[in-house]
Amino acid sequence: MLEMVEIWSYLTESPLIWLTATLLAYIFGDWCATRAGRAPLVNPVLVAVLLLAGLLWLTGTSYATYFEGAQFVHFLLGPATVALAVPLWLNRDSVRRAALPILAALVVGSCVALLSALWIGHAFGLPFNLLATLAPKSTTAPVALGIAESLGGSPTLAAVLVILTGMIGAIVVTPLMNALRIRDWRARGFAVGVAAHGIGTARALQVHPQAGAFAGIGMALNAVLTAFLAPWALALYF
Amino acid sequence: MIHALALILACQLAGETLARLFSLPAPGPVIGMALLFALMLAAPRVAALVQPVGEAILRHLSLLFVPAGVGVVGHLAMLSNYGTGLAVALMVSTVLALAAGAGAFVLVAHLTQKDNPDA
Repeated sequence: MLEMVEIWSYLTESPLIWLTATLLAYIFGDWCATRAGRAPLVNPVLVAVLLLAGLLWLTGTSYATYFEGAQFVHFLLGPATVALAVPLWLNRDSVRRAALPILAALVVGSCVALLSALWIGHAFGLPFNLLATLAPKSTTAPVALGIAESLGGSPTLAAVLVILTGMIGAIVVTPLMNALRIRDWRARGFAVGVAAHGIGTARALQVHPQAGAFAGIGMALNAVLTAFLAPWALALYF
Repeated sequence: MIHALALILACQLAGETLARLFSLPAPGPVIGMALLFALMLAAPRVAALVQPVGEAILRHLSLLFVPAGVGVVGHLAMLSNYGTGLAVALMVSTVLALAAGAGAFVLVAHLTQKDNPDA
């Protein structure tokens, strides 16, 4: 029995166990999503995060210990962002033809995401540091951390708000677009890339390849635009 | 496969370097994506090399957000104090941005490209 305790305490200190747990939790989340017929509410990220958060709480493991293992997965966010050049290249002709709609949807989507979040947050009396953390919530995680930090917010909380935004976007996009009778895959994909970055893009890639390509562009363009707009938008409220 | 991975990482590295060198507002990986896209346009051989590996990485893009998402455990106190305001802000603003963005796209596409094969 003592041996088991020793093995356990060794394993919980090594990156292996939490890296494995992250992959298994995601496989379970993806299995649930497939079983649910890709129903929007059964989001694989949501399932995996809830499962792992519960597991950390049950075993009394700190997030820092967990991240020692999970960082290997987290690191791949950068290369995956670079790899979004592939769907962009595959759809290069339709992207070139849609330059004007892309520009319009980028400016409108980005401004609405930023200004409405700050307006509602301000109306609910959120303090300045929380609004600064909230401002970049529609941009992809590594960008949001940088923007939040430079505005005086919390980078780690910004990551959480970014993930929540992504999950909300991935969950509502299909029913919302159907309700609005928007059937253009380019519009659906681009809007979810702007409003819900990589998690929205992941959802779009699963639904339709053209939506996925346009989502990737939306995500990339909005990361750049929000970096410019966020300080100005925040200054409107303080 | 190793060649394609090395190329993707090299693009990210170049992107990070350029972003810092010129204090660009765009993050390194986004600049890396632009560089890789330019390379794929310039050389069909690069495109053929990168395409399968890029698609493999993107097939499970959602997995990569799990570690950051689990970070929610460190912010439960903050979230319980301001949870309502944050939840309403995130939900309403995401729905509005989706509707406005897609609406603007469809409207401008309709005005400018009446005979577009993609629409």
